[in-house]
Amino acid sequence: MTAESSRMSLGNLLRKPETGSFLGLAAVFIFFWIFGGSKFASPGGAAGWLNVAASLGIVAIPIGLLMIAGELDISIGSLIPAGSMTVAITSGYFELPIVLGIGAALGLGALVGFINGFLVVRTAVPSFIVTLGTLFAVAGLLLGLSVLITGTTSVSIKAGPEAKWLLGRFIGGVYQVTIFWWIAATLGFGFMLHFTRYGNWILAMGGDKVSARNAGIPTERMTILLFMCSGVAATFVGLCQAILYNSAQVAAGQSYIFNAIISVVVGGVLLTGGYGSVVGIVLGTMTFAIVNQGIYYTPFDANWASLIIGVLLLLAVLMNNTFRKMALSYAPKRKGP
Amino acid sequence: MTMTAPILSLRAVNKSFGPIDVLHDIDLQLRAGEVLCLLGDNGAGKSTVIRLLSGVHQPSSGSIEMDGKPVKFGSPREAADHGIATVHQFGGTFPLMSIGRSFFVGVEPTKGWGPFRVYDRNKANAIAVEAVQRLGITRITDGDRLVGGLSGGERQSLAIARAVHFGARVLILDEPTAALGVKQASHVLRIVNEAKRRGLAVIFITHQVMHAMAVGDHFAVLIRGSIAADFRKGEKTREEITDLMAGGASMATLEAEIDGYMDNHDGHAPRQI
Repeated sequence: MTAESSRMSLGNLLRKPETGSFLGLAAVFIFFWIFGGSKFASPGGAAGWLNVAASLGIVAIPIGLLMIAGELDISIGSLIPAGSMTVAITSGYFELPIVLGIGAALGLGALVGFINGFLVVRTAVPSFIVTLGTLFAVAGLLLGLSVLITGTTSVSIKAGPEAKWLLGRFIGGVYQVTIFWWIAATLGFGFMLHFTRYGNWILAMGGDKVSARNAGIPTERMTILLFMCSGVAATFVGLCQAILYNSAQVAAGQSYIFNAIISVVVGGVLLTGGYGSVVGIVLGTMTFAIVNQGIYYTPFDANWASLIIGVLLLLAVLMNNTFRKMALSYAPKRKGP
Repeated sequence: MTMTAPILSLRAVNKSFGPIDVLHDIDLQLRAGEVLCLLGDNGAGKSTVIRLLSGVHQPSSGSIEMDGKPVKFGSPREAADHGIATVHQFGGTFPLMSIGRSFFVGVEPTKGWGPFRVYDRNKANAIAVEAVQRLGITRITDGDRLVGGLSGGERQSLAIARAVHFGARVLILDEPTAALGVKQASHVLRIVNEAKRRGLAVIFITHQVMHAMAVGDHFAVLIRGSIAADFRKGEKTREEITDLMAGGASMATLEAEIDGYMDNHDGHAPRQI
């Protein structure tokens, strides 16, 4: 059997974590195409869900990698507004160069990510609890400091044309530039997870952390790095939003916590770790965004969107479980005697 | 009988956890191409011996020697660097990873250069499949199969093949047959023999005397943290070994007691009052 033929086999298709989420995306897309009509399929309609998917997708990918490695990070809910506020206060309120504001925001994300990772590694407290703690700590710190420094919870920022061009503009009037950053994140993290040895380490850590450490994988360093990635991604999304909308608010990010987790799980990542793919996470994010935004193009009341998302989540998990079972039991038929 | 020098030996090793003494004055020698069966009931201290040898714990007193020189294993990693590989009951592998990927965890083959060094899937799969097949598991032909889809015996075999491939000198098998059916267990025992034939020193931990007798050259019975018996193949019968494991109080005595009771009570079991 040659490598080429095995690559295309049914077994390999089943073994890909994204197979189930691709079918889910196709179903959701067709559903909204039928009920949303031409407006949903138009460039403007596509921009509606692509813009939502891009911001969500940039945080969902590192969150997904963390979940594949057996950890969870919910502190992004505070880090996204923290990124917005940091760039707005630094470059808007104090009128320092935008580069400094961006650097400060990303640095804050890296720092909080490091603290998350360090605490998880050193205390062995479940990462859900650790990041729940930093979620509230950062939210409180953000609110307190914003009021203390600026006297308000909302700060405006006027970014220069370069920053706008790079991080916060609409291409063709409708597509946010973050879509390209999302593509870049997909390519970068996808390459890392599926083609480098570090990806193998992440999968192994989620599969069995003790065995992974005994096999010589620097699990502690990897854990901290992954938390730093999600922290930086969250503040990046925050600062892009501040630059795009010319203002930042203290409370604007809690919805990302669940939305990112839903996207990751719909994308076929196993909640307990050890299994998942970047392509799957991207497909899961698109599915979520289509349901979330597509409802506005249908004759249905938008209030029904959450119901669809809830049902979708359960269906996706069931379907992914089925595919995983099929992948486990799939073995090529014996050839010859 | 001529004996080669031991690869690994424990000399007067004691281990206590706080006030609880778990092992007393353990002396064990392990030679290349030999299977040492470590027998004992649950709680006899077998797992603690393994953890000392695989670097999870350090002895409270006494020494571990490798090739005659004292060594200290500060971590499982250090023990592994000395060529000691431990395979746990369920194979210690990653159920949702492919055979090739899990085989090379931590030492992935790569190709390319610089930041574009990529994991070499074809090479990893080919080597892993070949290593398993060389040990006689010919059913595994596809390195992309997920480990979780293999049978318990195949998983054990994969883990043993991995240890052999990466040049382990000492193979510690922790109850490898405990969760397996008869046919699967015999597969694993065959592979243990194959590892022995390749000159590895094998420590085989079990409480199944039949499995031990099938592959063992040298037997040590642990009772409450001490070595109650240390003998070579053919020196004791299965009944004698079972008796030893049962704690010295002979199985025969127990049987006689039960028979005597039955005789006195017309074959009835004790009546509940």
